[in-house]
Amino acid sequence: MDGMALSRRGLIQAGGGLVIAFAAAGPKPAAAWTEKPVALEQVDSFLAIGADGRITVYVGKVDLGTGVRTGFAQIAAEELEVPLDRVAVVEGDTALTPDQGPTYGSLSIQIGGVQLRQAAATARAALVAEAARRVGLPAEALRAESGAVVAPDGRRLAYAELVGGKAFSLAVDPGATIKPPEQRRIVGRPVPRVDIPDKVFGRFRYVHDLKVPGMLHGRAVRPPAMGATAEAVDEASVAGIPGIVKVVHEKGFVGVVAETEWAAIRAQQALKVRWSAWAGLPDQAKLWEHVRATPVGQRQVTSEKGDPAAAIQGAARRLSASYDFAIHTHGSMGPSCAVAEFKDGRLTSWSASQATHNLRKQLAMMLGLPVEQVRCIYLEGAGCYGRNGHEDAAADAALLARAVGRPVRVQWMRAEEHGWDPKGPPTLIDLRAGLDAQGKVVGWESEAYIPKGAGGNVDLVAADLAGLPKESLLSPGNIVHNLAQPYALPAVRTVCHRLETTPFRPSWIRTPGRMQNTYANEAFLDELAAAAGADPIEYRLSVLDDPRGREVLERVARLANWQTRPSPRRDQTGEVLRGRGVTYVKYELVRTYVAGVAEVEVNRRSGDIRVTRFFCAHDCGQVINPDAVKAQIEGNVVSTVSRTLLEELTFDRSTVTSLDWAGYRTIAFPQVPEIVIELIDRPADRPWGAGEPAAAVVPSAVSNAVFDATGVRLRSVPFTPAKVRAALQGA
Amino acid sequence: MSQTVARTVAMTVNGRAVSVTVDDPAMPLLYALRNDLGLTGPHYGCGLGQCGACTVHVDGAAMRSCLLPVGELAGKQVTTLEGLGTPDRPHPVQAAFIAEQAVQCGYCANGMIMESAAFLARTPKPSEAQVREALANNICRCGTQPRVVRAVLRAASQA
Ligand code: FES
Ligand code: FES
Repeated sequence: MDGMALSRRGLIQAGGGLVIAFAAAGPKPAAAWTEKPVALEQVDSFLAIGADGRITVYVGKVDLGTGVRTGFAQIAAEELEVPLDRVAVVEGDTALTPDQGPTYGSLSIQIGGVQLRQAAATARAALVAEAARRVGLPAEALRAESGAVVAPDGRRLAYAELVGGKAFSLAVDPGATIKPPEQRRIVGRPVPRVDIPDKVFGRFRYVHDLKVPGMLHGRAVRPPAMGATAEAVDEASVAGIPGIVKVVHEKGFVGVVAETEWAAIRAQQALKVRWSAWAGLPDQAKLWEHVRATPVGQRQVTSEKGDPAAAIQGAARRLSASYDFAIHTHGSMGPSCAVAEFKDGRLTSWSASQATHNLRKQLAMMLGLPVEQVRCIYLEGAGCYGRNGHEDAAADAALLARAVGRPVRVQWMRAEEHGWDPKGPPTLIDLRAGLDAQGKVVGWESEAYIPKGAGGNVDLVAADLAGLPKESLLSPGNIVHNLAQPYALPAVRTVCHRLETTPFRPSWIRTPGRMQNTYANEAFLDELAAAAGADPIEYRLSVLDDPRGREVLERVARLANWQTRPSPRRDQTGEVLRGRGVTYVKYELVRTYVAGVAEVEVNRRSGDIRVTRFFCAHDCGQVINPDAVKAQIEGNVVSTVSRTLLEELTFDRSTVTSLDWAGYRTIAFPQVPEIVIELIDRPADRPWGAGEPAAAVVPSAVSNAVFDATGVRLRSVPFTPAKVRAALQGA
Repeated sequence: MSQTVARTVAMTVNGRAVSVTVDDPAMPLLYALRNDLGLTGPHYGCGLGQCGACTVHVDGAAMRSCLLPVGELAGKQVTTLEGLGTPDRPHPVQAAFIAEQAVQCGYCANGMIMESAAFLARTPKPSEAQVREALANNICRCGTQPRVVRAVLRAASQA
């Protein structure tokens, strides 16, 4: 009875008479390299109950430092009725876990967690049904409790006894009943994260800490100009370093392998290579001219209503502005790292990839191997906030391991991480609007200039440099979201000019596109509110019908003790001016609602902006772990204040020049704002994502607060002191 | 390329006498700890002294192990995160990091904890501003700073 589909109704109708076959082992798909079932429709793909009654959860979504591992354990423990400490979580192993898609887009709980929950609910129903059969009672008479099914007379059938060590061989039942809110004990509670004690005592094993027998250390030697090829490699230049094993050279890909990590680093620094010249990057001083002049591959209209051009033309007041947002790096604390091992023609790759199932395909393509010969295993790395260099380090390690026939560990150096991770692309948005005599918006138009592509695979640096097969896609993430408006405006047209190229290999960084689009929209809307002489929150509420949207705005107003009045203040003298600014987002216009208020101090002499406090009202539907959601919001606010005020990639015509933490500045402890959060939990609703949405509201909230304080509008991220001084002088 | 001769450095790490044989005494201590002694609490973050991920205590002072040539450590007392405290006997800062859940990916946590422990040893009752200043050269990209500050203040109040 392999994979029999049990429906809840089937279980109830069959009652005690139902027989469930718990097969000794699940079927193994022939083609793929798998060690257990991994198909999305199978219960066994998501969980196993051991002979000792312990639960192992298998998820294709990975933690990345967000704490979502704990959320998965909570969800499984809740639905299976077991104590949380009896659940272990295996993540992102192509041989063990289902392919739930890359860990991006704030979808881990929303998609991955909900799939797991359904599998666990199916398993619980099956366990109860099996127990019912054994005791000869109807299933409704029994209940699951603490890892056992309990009969009315007190008899307990432990899960281990019912299924322990065997497979369920059962399809996930989409109708299996989820525990109702009032019966939940683990979900919705701020349970402590399962990984923190090990991390605090130095016992956690990151991918950086992995050692496999016979492992060597590798480093890539990157071209000083990003598009250069290696014309000659002088192997003798590193021959004197003890422990050198091999110098690898394939077109623009050059690497060294050594017995020790330090020898590999010394060789990376010492290797003499003659590189070709290359200067294909634009002049940074003219970046926005370059973006405007880039050929457009596609004009994508993301929303259209009425005739905004005519409405603006005939409006009592017309406003227009352009907003730009700098190129950012992910800037992970730990440079990307991976270990690769070839055995019997098969490659095992350990990395902190957020998309092991996709990485498997990319590595196979690069190496000319069948996909089923590659296994990618996630091990935690430093937080990546998107597609950083993890996959590229995996490709470096794979090429080097193939060249030496032994396992190779590669960790990027700091300059490689800052220089060679894919970048958040430059974003430019033009906006126009018309107001009637009362200050109401009659028409709104926006045009974004952003690279083409979506959330596909980002090409591997090693494949690119070595001229090996790759998909040759631009994959900046789904960056068109949130250019369309959440407000009820009478005439709107929003257009994305999808550019054929962008200066650096693009990828997504926390809140890609949604952040830049929300920033332009919400800052420009603030300009309209100021032109109308309206309070910024009242102005938004006047065009917002969505009750959940209104609720977050009203709540954040109370939380921040918002004083209703138009911006700017114009009542301050002295060197330091204070202001407040608001922003609202409905993420992708379909899920998580966030409203934020920034309070700032602007030093008019130095141009320094300090975000002193940030208030956030947040509605992501059902909350699995409120403390973990708060941590995500805090992370969103801190990292986006950093991006808004400080972060900017610098480059010359050949390469990135912001190659360390001095060149690419980020927020330091003294600048971190106080953060005040109000979570709205809706236990009866579905859970939505929280890893990104709050980041979307930060840049415009800061721009709006600076305007409130000073009366000048900042439209170019980052808001550096030099830009602030220039804006104040121009005012 | 100068040929180097293997050399042995004897020091005390987490209370234990150890010796490490290196062919380059300029190799930073960080690599000896992680690769030769299996102490992976300290991490490589930048190798430039900018981020704090590699912080250890040398004779009680917080130091960036990515910048310390191992050859200069002879006779020194080194403490890593593993030696600061254990689950049974946590250092107050470690206990406070758990209580405040002041970790996300945790790659920075080693530096946060080691820097804070050394700071609190010098400044047992700090103000919040002093805590922020003490950690001004420790980077966290996940945004744990608000919790880290709370954790350090909690550890101070309970010491
Ligand atoms: S790794 Fe030593 S300070 Fe960054
Ligand atoms: S917790 Fe990830 S860098 Fe600090």
